[in-house]
Amino acid sequence: MTTTQTRRDTLKVSLGAGGAFVLGFTLAGKAGAQGLAAANAAPGKLNTYVTIAPDGIVSIIAKNPEVGQGIKTSLPMLIAEELDVDWSKVRTVQAIADQATYGSQLVGGSTAIPQHWQSLRRVGATARAMMIAAAAEEWKCPPGECATDAGQVIHARTNRKVTYGSLCTKAACITPPDPASVQLKASKDFKIIGRPTPQVDTAAIVTGQPLFGIDFKVPGMLYATYLKAPVFGAKVASADLAAAKAVKGVRDAFILDGSENVNDLMNGALAPGVAVVADSWWTAQQARAKLNVQWAAHPTSRSSSEGFLAQAQTMSRGAPLRTELKAGDPDPALASAAKTVEAAYHYPFISHANLEPQNCTASYKDGKVEIWSPSQYPEPAKAVVARQLGITARDVTINMVRGGGGFGRRLVNDSVVEAAAISKQVGAPVKVLFSREDEMKHDFYRAAGYHFLKGGVDSGGKITAWKNHFVSFGKNGAYSTAANISRTEFPARFVPNYQLDVSMIDGGIPTGFLRAPISNGVAFITQSFIDELAVAAGQDPMAFRLKMLDVPAAQTPGYDSARAIATIRKVAEMSNWGRRMPARSGLGMAFHFAHSGYFAQVAEVKVAANGDLDIVKVWSVCDVGRQIINPLGADNQVEGSILDGISHALYQKITVKDGAVQQASFGDYPLLRINKAPAIENHYILSDNNPTGLGEPALPPVIPAVTNAIFAATGKRIRTLPIDTAQLKA
Amino acid sequence: MAYTLNVNGRTVTADVDPAKPLLWVLREDLNVLGPKYGCGLAQCGACTVHIDGQPVRACITPISSVGTKRVVTIEAMENDAVGKKVQAAWSEIDVAQCGYCQAGQIMSATALIKSKPKPTDADINTAMQGNICRCATYTRIRRAIKRASGQSEA
Ligand code: FES
Ligand code: FES
Repeated sequence: MTTTQTRRDTLKVSLGAGGAFVLGFTLAGKAGAQGLAAANAAPGKLNTYVTIAPDGIVSIIAKNPEVGQGIKTSLPMLIAEELDVDWSKVRTVQAIADQATYGSQLVGGSTAIPQHWQSLRRVGATARAMMIAAAAEEWKCPPGECATDAGQVIHARTNRKVTYGSLCTKAACITPPDPASVQLKASKDFKIIGRPTPQVDTAAIVTGQPLFGIDFKVPGMLYATYLKAPVFGAKVASADLAAAKAVKGVRDAFILDGSENVNDLMNGALAPGVAVVADSWWTAQQARAKLNVQWAAHPTSRSSSEGFLAQAQTMSRGAPLRTELKAGDPDPALASAAKTVEAAYHYPFISHANLEPQNCTASYKDGKVEIWSPSQYPEPAKAVVARQLGITARDVTINMVRGGGGFGRRLVNDSVVEAAAISKQVGAPVKVLFSREDEMKHDFYRAAGYHFLKGGVDSGGKITAWKNHFVSFGKNGAYSTAANISRTEFPARFVPNYQLDVSMIDGGIPTGFLRAPISNGVAFITQSFIDELAVAAGQDPMAFRLKMLDVPAAQTPGYDSARAIATIRKVAEMSNWGRRMPARSGLGMAFHFAHSGYFAQVAEVKVAANGDLDIVKVWSVCDVGRQIINPLGADNQVEGSILDGISHALYQKITVKDGAVQQASFGDYPLLRINKAPAIENHYILSDNNPTGLGEPALPPVIPAVTNAIFAATGKRIRTLPIDTAQLKA
Repeated sequence: MAYTLNVNGRTVTADVDPAKPLLWVLREDLNVLGPKYGCGLAQCGACTVHIDGQPVRACITPISSVGTKRVVTIEAMENDAVGKKVQAAWSEIDVAQCGYCQAGQIMSATALIKSKPKPTDADINTAMQGNICRCATYTRIRRAIKRASGQSEA
């Protein structure tokens, strides 16, 4: 094995089984992070990023979890491009959950592409440089004379060629170059990046192969269902365990103690409940129905959606908990504005509603546990599981299995700790599976929000003042997960007199990240209120927006308004903005910047006399940098995000009564179906910026684009989600 | 209760409760894992299989009602002339995101094309409305059905 120490990582190359060339890293920072003793006890393990076999097959590690965002395809594409191999010769291998070895393994925030755009290409380019060095040594020529193509090193002058596969042994003895020094390709030379590439699992998906967490089986595995209280965190007072155990096929039924504290639950701690373990999940569910559980009292049982609204309204009239940001002097600016608008907006709690319910398989034996989980962020589960089982985190192994949708739900590993605890108790491998009802009633919801807005425009039609009293959820001045707004959230810095006040309701409802967190609610508020101000100013909503964005770049670091303006102009052109619309039809516009991506969208709607809403088409323009890595996957993410946003706008709403969620299925929590999915036209502006992620930022603006279009069509302003079409009757 | 079933052309047996839904007999007792659990209430279509050629929600179909009818799942679509075309269109267009709903989508789409060889948009809306795709791959599903049935995709 030869190694090169770079500033961060140790790069290692070795000869693997069957004479394969194996290139990997040992990540630095382990000793620094955990102390030298820890590092000595568990030396940084070698990850094997790239393996080239003598037959030319290239195996590339897919380091991140896959939940439908396409990362198992797009990250290996980056390596394969710079390695210069044929994509058909590439096999991807799912890594296990081990951040000490692979670095961050998290699906969220559309961060994977910006994080890996440089680093993974350097991995590929380093391996390629070593193949060239090996060939040059063999041919006794300067490496600079060699080129590569499709897994071969080529020496054009002497017309010689050699496959990477036959260079494995030699290349494995070469000292790797510093990855920072290797030359990356110019984008005009890309052969894999930028080419529409089907997902690596496509064939398995269309033929129904067992790929998902729910499909995973181990010998001797039992099935478990875990009944938790309707009120989050309530403990079991009593349960008829004997009745459940009497059902044929049931192996055991028992009560587990867990945390009553909603903050602990949001961090993945075990919730109190009753487990039923059987040789069939269906049987376990039948037995669960016989438990007749009585739940202990819990303070959250006083919470309700109606109560939250009333509380928010009361809070809005009083002094806020605190002022997050104040610029200029909004009150006098409002008093002297030519026109003012005041409006109260609200979006509800919503559920992730993954189609594959939460599940996890765990096998506990002799102080160690092995886990198979479709988690989006497995690493933190190790500590939580270790604490629950009284073992060390090192004795927790987590394998990553494909997840049937993520959307942020699988960032919380509640099913992991449940499976581990139940496996330990029954002494057998166990698969825990949520029912659809469990999934609806035990989520970490997108937090509801209440916004009480005041805005003013001057006689020239420019926004002069914007004041928002935002009522959110939290405790002791700390926001509940993803219930916050960033201080610089648009339109801060774009309006001379701006104030963001906040108050918090302590509601006891677990909240979490949901695709395009924060933005998915805030864009609706902001872009709707801008529309209201445009109307008050008597201006075209697009012209009004462009004027608003016309501020010196130095005033808004991190927000490049020129990029936003370019997306708006383009989407206006594509949708033929400003055209005359028939009666009760309208166009609406919105833009939003999130996750480093700039999006502008226009929706066209038609509203029938009875209020029925038809979203005819959505045009979307984005700027996510100079390169779309996999156009096939990118379009899918953009279209999916837009339709997801439409699903929020039309249907999604979780309500709470007596501390419990009232919805239980797709009957009372409908999702968008094919008959309501509009046509989408999608365009990418390739700007000279590094590529950024696409799993989220297309979602937020479509909601206000639709509601603004409804206003254009009917004169009715939608200030509460989901849209109540009864209001839209002619 | 012991049942003799015809699944994907093979004769198989399962000794289960008469009320146990076909979905769980397939997944747990017969290790046929293509049909998925999404709701158990006939609301999402993830569990769709064909029984005597008709698309059926296996999650609400008690095993006692199946008898000797032909049960066909996604695993056997490769041997079905229409199913194979649908799978090919699904692959070429790369319909899936997470992929979890897609076995059910393909089963519904195949049944649709068998009953209406050139389905219109309205036919697609009617036949596919029972299949939720949480990832919302609906525009691609529509295109793939058009392609598999040899129609223009616009
Ligand atoms: S699982 Fe059968 S329709 Fe949802
Ligand atoms: S592809 Fe994820 S549910 Fe359809």
